Amino acid sequence: MIYREAGDFKTSYAKDQQTFPIAFDRWGYFITLAFAFLVVPFIINDYWINAVVLPFLIYAIAAIGLNILTGYCGQVSLGSGGFMAVGAYAAYKLMTGFPDLNIVFVIFLSGGITALVGMLFGLPSLRIKGFYLAVATLAAQFFLVWLFNKVPWFYNYSASGQISAPERSIFGYAVTGANALPAVSYLFCLCFVVILAWAARNLTRGANGRKWMAIRDMDIAAEIIGVNPLKTKLTAFGVSSFYIGIAGAMLFAVYLGAAEVGEAFGISKSFLILFMVIIGGLGSIFGSFAGAAFMVLMPVLLKNVMVGQLGWPTDLAAHFEFVIVGGLIVLFLIVEPHGLAQLWRLAKEKLRLWPFPH
Amino acid sequence: MNAIDSYITPDGRTIGAPVMEMKNITLRFGGVVAIKDISFDIREGEIRAIIGPNGAGKSSMLNVMNGFYHPQEGEVHFRGEKRGPMRPHQIAHQGIARTFQNIALFKGMSTLDNIMTGRLTHMKTGMFSQIKWWGAAQREEVENRELVEKIIDFLEIQTIRKTPVGRLPYGLQKRVELGRALAAEPKLLLLDEPMAGMNVEEKEDMSRFILDVNDEFGTTIALIEHDMGVVMDIADRVVVMDYGKKIGDGTPEEVRTNQDVIDAYLGVAHD
Amino acid sequence: MSANFYFGVEVFLNGLMAGVMYSLVALGFVLIFKASGIFNYAQGVMALFAALTLVGFQNGQIPFAHLINAIFGTDLHHFGWHMPAFLAILCALGVMILFAFIVERYILKHLVNQEPIILFMATIGLAYFMEGLGDLMWGSDIKKLDVGIPQGGNIWLEEKTAFLGGEDFYGFYLDNLDIWATVLAAILVTSLVLFSQYTKTGRALRAVADDHQAALSVGISLRTIWVIVWSIAGFVALVAGIMWGSKSGVQFSLSLIALKALPVLMLGGFTSIPGAIIGGLIIGVGEKMFEFLIGAPFLGGATENWFAYMLALLFLVFRPQGLFGEKIIERV
Repeated sequence: MIYREAGDFKTSYAKDQQTFPIAFDRWGYFITLAFAFLVVPFIINDYWINAVVLPFLIYAIAAIGLNILTGYCGQVSLGSGGFMAVGAYAAYKLMTGFPDLNIVFVIFLSGGITALVGMLFGLPSLRIKGFYLAVATLAAQFFLVWLFNKVPWFYNYSASGQISAPERSIFGYAVTGANALPAVSYLFCLCFVVILAWAARNLTRGANGRKWMAIRDMDIAAEIIGVNPLKTKLTAFGVSSFYIGIAGAMLFAVYLGAAEVGEAFGISKSFLILFMVIIGGLGSIFGSFAGAAFMVLMPVLLKNVMVGQLGWPTDLAAHFEFVIVGGLIVLFLIVEPHGLAQLWRLAKEKLRLWPFPH
Repeated sequence: MNAIDSYITPDGRTIGAPVMEMKNITLRFGGVVAIKDISFDIREGEIRAIIGPNGAGKSSMLNVMNGFYHPQEGEVHFRGEKRGPMRPHQIAHQGIARTFQNIALFKGMSTLDNIMTGRLTHMKTGMFSQIKWWGAAQREEVENRELVEKIIDFLEIQTIRKTPVGRLPYGLQKRVELGRALAAEPKLLLLDEPMAGMNVEEKEDMSRFILDVNDEFGTTIALIEHDMGVVMDIADRVVVMDYGKKIGDGTPEEVRTNQDVIDAYLGVAHD
Repeated sequence: MSANFYFGVEVFLNGLMAGVMYSLVALGFVLIFKASGIFNYAQGVMALFAALTLVGFQNGQIPFAHLINAIFGTDLHHFGWHMPAFLAILCALGVMILFAFIVERYILKHLVNQEPIILFMATIGLAYFMEGLGDLMWGSDIKKLDVGIPQGGNIWLEEKTAFLGGEDFYGFYLDNLDIWATVLAAILVTSLVLFSQYTKTGRALRAVADDHQAALSVGISLRTIWVIVWSIAGFVALVAGIMWGSKSGVQFSLSLIALKALPVLMLGGFTSIPGAIIGGLIIGVGEKMFEFLIGAPFLGGATENWFAYMLALLFLVFRPQGLFGEKIIERV
């Protein structure tokens, strides 16, 4: 009764194409945004920001990035961890090489550099398809991690081989380094998330998104109706890597503060992002958020229950996490290959008729 | 060969100069000769049919025409110009659209989105205005949507506008595919067995759409079809292929009385 | 001939032997891919799981001891027996066959007709699941695996070849374990090829690989074939697990051998058994020689992590159909 579209007539094509065609959704979206910007920073405690909210926001960016490539353009990538490393090391080199450069530019530039690297590794996608490509992206993963490990220039010849983020501030508030206030880091990440999600939505709703989806659904037919396959795949790789690079830069600079490449950006990170996209829903921006939230929240929850409540040793909890994550992935693919986003859509369908389903 | 520049059909339409000319096309896959030294032309405003038994090389011919296959010998002339080495997507931009024998729709997208992909060759806004959306990108989207809605009306598929195409029955999928090709506003429309697997009513519908497209938009059409009755009814001129060779070319009446064609269709032994 | 040359030969031989092991793992992939169109990412974890189970049986570990202890506050760990290696191997094989049944019953059956990429991702989930399960059952500490295969350098070969390289060269150093592994892998590969070519089940297997529906229509049970194939893959995983486990202990890194087999598959093609064998040899020799000649002296070493992938990637760009594939004619 409350959630409905009856009486909500569209009088122009522009209105028919808007992101939230149902008024209730639109208001829900605005209220969520206002809440996130105006209320959350004042009520949330540091534990929640550091354990849940920051990783959620940063991984949501990465998940949107991978979803553009895999969910929209159909090119499976297992190289996300490597591309995040490119973003992180680019940010590090930019921050230490140009101390006066504004942190916002640093992060966008890191994304740009990652986009170029991503496009380079996307070049073979014209000739290599499907699994072969998925495996080929592992080449990027292993090569990039090796590169950042072995070439000291990338970590400024530091003895530990680690990179650590110097302090940078925006409007006088530190966002990176030890003095950054959690609420400031939170708002900083939130701004990026909102802008990038909005851009991703616009890129996928129109001509550009249709090119990607055409390549995903049937590449030969797409080429015959006039889609340039190389250009389209490369833009997907570029845009996707841009997002993933930004996520890598922020994970390093804002969240971790210091990082070692094999540990922070290893292959398990590639899988983590891929799982977010699968569980959230391939080809859905909302799904990227849902998947990121799920994959960030679940281990925290499991740990709280098993270690905190039941008093089990932590390694046992970690093993359980593997079992549950793996089981859930399989379960999701069996029950709903389109993920949480599809479940949400189905729930809304039901809600439209509630409480009179006939 | 037709030396004249134009001719008038029995129903009074004027057919103009050649849009596409195939000159001595030969196509081989390894040692197999799929098309052997075939020449013919397609004229402005005409409905040109290519017929022949299974394996005659008709689909290969269509694939040569839209640049998916590159013939080893021969030339393709389109709108008076010889075609150089081009990729299929470039050829689509020149104004050739097609449908496929086995439906090649984008399964993950709605009917509307599928037909909108046909407009991609006409949509030019860059990536940055796409990101901004408000302004150029939205304006372009709405303009193209209007044209696509006309095609949806024309094909009588308004009710399935937002249905994912994977859920549609076969006949409707064929119609959506035709819509996608029409959305490109092609100079030359290639149809690969548009009526394969359809029942009589669906065939009648599809024939009507093809004739209307030709009539209302003046689109030049080349089509492959198995059903001789349909071909004789709607085609202006017919090319007959058998074992990769051209064995007949002319009006439906000429082709029907051609002895080679009769032999090919009645199955006289090849020697 | 200088000593360096003979070092090179030694590296080459070691690469060849590593290559046979890669082939063995790759073969597990190829078998499942041919029969069910599934690119089974869990193959490496299956090897880990099989090796863990084998050690567990040998040492009489109580499965899930950790978990039971944590829940009930007990202090269980061992049954207190020591099983002979042969019996333990049989038991581990039994577990892998049981595992094949479970996978077919609870996963594959529900995913029929899904797109290949969905199936692939399901096997990644399966890999995570098994990794966690293996640790839960047997604990995550590094375990020693000894089924009686001789280890250590082959003295005989070393003595016989010592004369070759003069002062600095002490003869070829080859590990007995590697030699054994190579021989066993070669036998296994040969018997698998013979099995799929000359037995009734093998024929059915190839029929399913060619065309699922056609195979169904002539009365081949798809589900039985899947159980058989996953059982064979489990067996191959067990053998690989024994070899690699004996060499460097049973631990998490064992599951990474799957990552070594992937470039082999790219090179040889996902459907070609000879491709898997030759691809494995090329990659094994290639990465060892690259590390020896270029990686270690000029690039700071550890190039084995990525060399195979880069080689396969470059190769595919120029020959997308792989080593043994036919040229792909695209149709519409």
